[in-house]
Amino acid sequence: MTSADLPDAPPSHLGRLLRQVGKTIFTLLITFIGLLAVTFFISRVVPTDPVLSILGERATEAQIEATRTKLGLDRPMFTQFGIYVWDALHGDLGTSIRTKTPVLAEIARYFPATLELATLATILGTLVGVPAGVLAATKPGSIMDQVVRLVGLMGYSMPVFWLGLMGLLIFYGKLGWVGGPGRLDAAFDMMMQFQVTQYTGMVLIDTALSGNWDMFANAVSHIILPASLLGYLSMAYISRMTRSFMMNELGQEYITTARVKGMPERRVIWVHAMKNVMVPLITVVALSYSFLLEGAVLTETIFAWPGLGRYITDALLVADMPAVLGGTIVVGAVYIGINMFSDLLYRLADPRAK
Amino acid sequence: MTLTEWLRDPNPSSRLQSRMAQSYLSWLRFRRNKLAMIGLLISVALVLMAIFAPLLAPYDPITQTLAERLQPPLTHGHWLGTDDFGRDIWTRILYGSRITLYIVLLVILTAPVAGLIIGTVAGYFGGWVDQILMRITDIFLAFPKLILALALVAVLGPGMVNAVLAIALTSWPPYARVARAETLTVRNSDYIAAVKLQGAGALRVIWGHVMPMCLPSVIIRVTLDMAGVILTAAGLGFLGLGVQPPQPEWGLMISAGRKFLFEQWWVATMPGLAIFIVSLGFNLLGDGLRDVLDPRSSGK
Repeated sequence: MTSADLPDAPPSHLGRLLRQVGKTIFTLLITFIGLLAVTFFISRVVPTDPVLSILGERATEAQIEATRTKLGLDRPMFTQFGIYVWDALHGDLGTSIRTKTPVLAEIARYFPATLELATLATILGTLVGVPAGVLAATKPGSIMDQVVRLVGLMGYSMPVFWLGLMGLLIFYGKLGWVGGPGRLDAAFDMMMQFQVTQYTGMVLIDTALSGNWDMFANAVSHIILPASLLGYLSMAYISRMTRSFMMNELGQEYITTARVKGMPERRVIWVHAMKNVMVPLITVVALSYSFLLEGAVLTETIFAWPGLGRYITDALLVADMPAVLGGTIVVGAVYIGINMFSDLLYRLADPRAK
Repeated sequence: MTLTEWLRDPNPSSRLQSRMAQSYLSWLRFRRNKLAMIGLLISVALVLMAIFAPLLAPYDPITQTLAERLQPPLTHGHWLGTDDFGRDIWTRILYGSRITLYIVLLVILTAPVAGLIIGTVAGYFGGWVDQILMRITDIFLAFPKLILALALVAVLGPGMVNAVLAIALTSWPPYARVARAETLTVRNSDYIAAVKLQGAGALRVIWGHVMPMCLPSVIIRVTLDMAGVILTAAGLGFLGLGVQPPQPEWGLMISAGRKFLFEQWWVATMPGLAIFIVSLGFNLLGDGLRDVLDPRSSGK
């Protein structure tokens, strides 16, 4: 009889944690393979023949046959899928038809811009959204509560590409407060390639690390508008969820106890209740982060932002399917990763979830 | 006896009367919520606009009048201005409401139904059926919706029907989850056992006795999702992957106005306002409905 069979022996904390992590990784892998199955399916029903799109119309029979064999298209579907998964797990997402470069290498170049934008937007959204939600929850039904609710619902109802255009029209076109489309002014854009070391591919970090503060200021003036607009969308979601979590906590008995003991209201809300609100908020912030990666698709086309969203839409317009699907896989993988990570954090932070 | 008295009668004499009285109480609660009433008004206005577009519209939505191109708002009988082909923007917004409503209707007639069937079947049978169906649902949930829709449209080709298909294919999973959760709570109740003892088959139990229980939660989700459908459809249109020109689709109109954003701002602004107002209306309506129909999640 092994120790695992003993009913009363509680599994060690570490063991439980490891099992949790193992289970998460397993689910992650299954979901990822499912994701690949969908993109594989899409890539095989695509009406354009991949062989012809590589060779062109005037290829000979022999050339077509050779390419088919090279691409593995002559093998059974199931084997093809196996190879597809194997390649994807090894970072091979195919070659872009438009540029003839490996898709993953291209995405690696475009991704930092999206990451920079989405991260800044999430930070802004959290900084405004959490206090707004708490304020609304402490005085339900008040003017403040109504305003937070309405502003939030407006964020849910705004077409993000239109919001971007309006932002450009007002803050760039009419007021001239911010930089226009792109990550830098054209003059700085040229300098960027020669004078700044590309540590991360994120302009704000790279220029700051190089101590090039003029360029940093210019980058800030360009990123601030798209980041605020995306931040508004995530604020809408975060404030709403914070409100409902906080309402829930404030109805609990431990809050009444704290109040009866004469604890200042500020401390009751921001220390006692907040501690418990933080746990589900982790998931919410992570979710809004993954929404932003998606919202970036439309925002990036408006702001000429050289990120992943723009990469995918540009590829779409010329029917470059390997690039489109490669981008889909990467965004999907990040999406899955973030969700699993937040799930894990949630389990670690909430003792009841163990 | 007036209608209100009949509805307020504390001793209803028929099933119909008591049911109506319940609805009346819900309506009274709904009416108190001012924001929700605004949402209802906007939604009704959209439907009326779509039905009576030809009567309300002063011009033709497609015919080009190049002499009148890019007129600013409030000039020459164009209170919202004209676009680069001299077409009246108000007219095009009116006709565009038909396209918007059409897309929303097609999506809410397909995705929730599919989700309902998958969710109830998974929840009712449990075991490996549940495992497989829910795994598939999870995989689709793990996808970023818009990007999957983009990839699907890229394969299917642009156009309204394909856009609807792509949106429907990406929006059924939440319904499946909701329906499954509801099914699990009613699956073991006595009335289901009674129906089973009378010899009802699985299909009959699911169709006649489980699905109706799932409907309220699904309907709430549908109202809350309608705004999302409008936004996604407009996004696809904006990228040139949805409805094709010269149709007056709102997203497409914004994309056309993008070229003159700084000089002729109204071309892109007006259709965007239309999208915004309509989705806000649906969101307010859904929010209010949830408060009335589902007291658990009213946020009170």
